[in-house]
Amino acid sequence: MFAVQFRRDWLSLMRAKDEAINPLVFLFLAATLFAIAFGGEPQRLTGLAPAIIWVLVLLANLLSLEALFRRDFEDGTLEQLVLLAEPPFAAVLGKVAVQWCLSGVAMTVLAPMVALLLNLPVGVLPALMLGLLLGTPALSLIGAVGAALTVGLRGGGVLLALLLLPLYLPVLVFGVSATLDTMAGVGAAAQFYWLAAISAMALTLAPFATTAALRISVEQS
Amino acid sequence: MTDLTCTRGGRKLFGSFELTLDAGRCAEIHGANGSGKSTLLRIAAGLFADYSGEVDAAPCHYLGHRNGISALLSPLENLKPFERLGPGSAQGALDRVGLHNECEVPSGQLSQGQQRRAGLARLLLGDRPLWLLDEPLTALDSDGRRLVRELVEAHCGQGGAVLCATHQTLGCSACEVRLGA
Repeated sequence: MFAVQFRRDWLSLMRAKDEAINPLVFLFLAATLFAIAFGGEPQRLTGLAPAIIWVLVLLANLLSLEALFRRDFEDGTLEQLVLLAEPPFAAVLGKVAVQWCLSGVAMTVLAPMVALLLNLPVGVLPALMLGLLLGTPALSLIGAVGAALTVGLRGGGVLLALLLLPLYLPVLVFGVSATLDTMAGVGAAAQFYWLAAISAMALTLAPFATTAALRISVEQS
Repeated sequence: MTDLTCTRGGRKLFGSFELTLDAGRCAEIHGANGSGKSTLLRIAAGLFADYSGEVDAAPCHYLGHRNGISALLSPLENLKPFERLGPGSAQGALDRVGLHNECEVPSGQLSQGQQRRAGLARLLLGDRPLWLLDEPLTALDSDGRRLVRELVEAHCGQGGAVLCATHQTLGCSACEVRLGA
């Protein structure tokens, strides 16, 4: 069921590419604005760059999460998923995996370019990318719970942000401090372990919560 | 279903509603707009939980107002995941509902009636004894209406049961349930 759903969502993603690249464009544009705003003194950006990148990744993730279940909800596919998919959490995991390919993997690949725009030293790039790769699964998985809860609501976007941003804080804190500590030359292994642990926990719990939340949303419609 | 009572939006839709549907039977639910036909079907499907009473429904296929057909994917891609429910192939089901030539076209480019037919094709996949149809005739031409009748008759002939909310009659032998009378 995981593979079936993954293939299905991947196909949809490929057919709606314009929608898919929006979060990536947002990340790039926002970073460019920061670079221009600090134009005169790029060295002041260096210390801020990790925080800026992580916050932008977080917001871009929120942007793409809002659409995660929206289309399926509107055309009735979600009803069928709740009714017929066995087990539904495997299908949910497949959907989240596709979203993570975009918001996690694609952003990690894009991150070095953004980081250079923001004057981050090249030596820190591996640490930044590792942090993103370990932390973004948690963002996608936790985010899916919020997206499932708000899919039936009009203007659920603000509510989604309100629900999710507090839950995103640990990832943000550990992600930024991992990059900063690497920049300062101190080891950042502890933060990487924390990011991996948060992602692992989200992977075990979030699909079940998402499935339950989807059921509630479908029943309320 | 026994002693089913449902209130929605502060309004009592039906009280002490009872319905027993034997295998091989088809029941049509009639009733004015807003009399609770769709809600009744959603309750039977397990998609609406805010009711009192007891519902004991067999594994079912539910075809609601929304077809469950994604506009970005072709009918064939839409139905492929449901092949694993049991016997029957997606291609065969689409041929049966008259979408042989359209099964590779993105569903968003199909007409409402053709999308409805793709939704109907899903009923043929998997061995689900109970079909819950919510206004299955919407958007269908006379050919499509005949198709629905044939599908329902064939399903009942194989020992399945059909519960169908509709304003028109399907045209097959069915008992009639009236809501909000």
